[in-house]
Amino acid sequence: MSAHVPSRSPGWPRRLVHGVLITLALVFLVCFLVLPLLTVFVEAFRQGVAPYLASIRQPEAWSAIRLTLLVAVIAVPLNVVFGVAAAWAMTRFQFRGKALLGALIDLPFSVSPVISGLIYVLLFGTKGWFGPWLDAHGIKIIYAVPGLVLVTIFITLPFVARELIPLMQTQGSEEEEAARVLGAGGWQTFFRVTLPNIRWALLSGVLLCNARAMGEFGAVSAVSGHIRGLTTTMPLEVEMRYNEYDYVGAFAVASLLALLALLTLAVKTLLEWRYGDEIASHAPGGH
Amino acid sequence: MRRRVLPGFGLSLGYTLTYLSLIVLLPLAALAWTASGIGIEGLIRLLSGPRTLSALRLSLGGALVAASINVVIGLLVGWVLVRYRFPGRRLFDALVDLPFALPTAVAGIALTTLYAPNGWLGSWLEPLGIKVAYTPLGVLVAMVFVGFPFVVRTLQPVLASLERDVEEAAESLGARRWQTFFRVILPILAPTLLTGFALALARAAGEYGSVIFIASNIPMRSEIAPLLIVQKLEQFDYAGAAALGVAMLLLSFLLLVMVALLQRWSHRWAESGA
Repeated sequence: MSAHVPSRSPGWPRRLVHGVLITLALVFLVCFLVLPLLTVFVEAFRQGVAPYLASIRQPEAWSAIRLTLLVAVIAVPLNVVFGVAAAWAMTRFQFRGKALLGALIDLPFSVSPVISGLIYVLLFGTKGWFGPWLDAHGIKIIYAVPGLVLVTIFITLPFVARELIPLMQTQGSEEEEAARVLGAGGWQTFFRVTLPNIRWALLSGVLLCNARAMGEFGAVSAVSGHIRGLTTTMPLEVEMRYNEYDYVGAFAVASLLALLALLTLAVKTLLEWRYGDEIASHAPGGH
Repeated sequence: MRRRVLPGFGLSLGYTLTYLSLIVLLPLAALAWTASGIGIEGLIRLLSGPRTLSALRLSLGGALVAASINVVIGLLVGWVLVRYRFPGRRLFDALVDLPFALPTAVAGIALTTLYAPNGWLGSWLEPLGIKVAYTPLGVLVAMVFVGFPFVVRTLQPVLASLERDVEEAAESLGARRWQTFFRVILPILAPTLLTGFALALARAAGEYGSVIFIASNIPMRSEIAPLLIVQKLEQFDYAGAAALGVAMLLLSFLLLVMVALLQRWSHRWAESGA
């Protein structure tokens, strides 16, 4: 910095203030973010590698991992299709009630996870709206896998739409209109023009949606019934092991979820560094 | 109105509306309907129960305090990350999102272990007479953790685009650094800080996973409102659970409206220059 701009060449009192502020911020970040993360791995390996591996290889852990993947594999693609459709409608057309629709899409973020689970119990639980009918036909939704999938869809519904709407708003529709004028079909326009333009933002949305789908706790805990081997996802398995004082086991499963979180953060950060311009600045996510 | 060049209006909007109706509106209608089943009198009786009152006070009061702490810490961290250059800055910047990415149950057991009397931080605080784990203070710590990224992330783009000329003008007019900060910068940032405050508040008020482990859930002391809902569901008291759910939603909505009003007032404060 050139020396004739006084505020850019700080003197020693100001450098001292900078140093103090940086130190305070770093102490907070380390105590509040780094230490909890470290704790997960230290506790998981407290008794060594063999007990860690053994507790991950237990059949309950495997069924929890399989169930978590199953739930995410159903919920995430559904919300991707929804997110793209919603972003297309919201950004390519003018219609009445658009603001209301936008608020509705964001709504699941402002509902407590437990309430998200509760509303599905009220619909499909034994004493819920459809409970007697489901009972009569032998269909189980609450305390079964379909309930877990439904609440996960609810909880992660806004992620993709929220990532795409601001981006597609800024990009505008000139390119797509040009493709149409040149004779491209509707789907052709979407796959050849729109999709390449939004791919990195879409990937970022999918990552966040997936991380939340696999890590959700409050909502699934309200509809799961905690049946070991049948309706316990990984976060619920963590809870059950922890409450049984199996700390190594709880932290072992938790370490897998923490790795997923770290991986998600790493890829998301790389995407933002590499393709920052192609991913519009977005508001932070909800729950 | 311009003729629509792009196709798919009916398909995309129709799909969006159908999906939202089935996934969001129908279940919420069930909530409103079931809650109305217990009537006004039942609602008052439920909400005036000492255990419910204490849980609501902890969830909403704790969220207010946690969001306020997040504003102060978020301002500090956001400021340092945007304004200063130091080794590891980008790593720490990426790490800010950790509470969003880390599943709440994992955060819950990690924080509990960390602040337990024999934990890394708990064993330091114990001799000072500060008990965090298994107390209302622990609830607060978990709420600050989950709400932390909101203030930083809403603040960063605004701080980055803040015109330096305003500060430089203030200083060339003889203002001291702290005067510039409190009289010039803070009023400009106030609406953004309030947005972050509202987001952190809404998140903390409904938080469940990270709180229940560290709280140890002692009735009347460290029991949060979402836990009461889970307990009512386990006893198949659907109407009670729904009523409590509606009460929670309404109370947090009320708090957010108050924040929005405060924000409107702070916009005027920023424009009038304190």
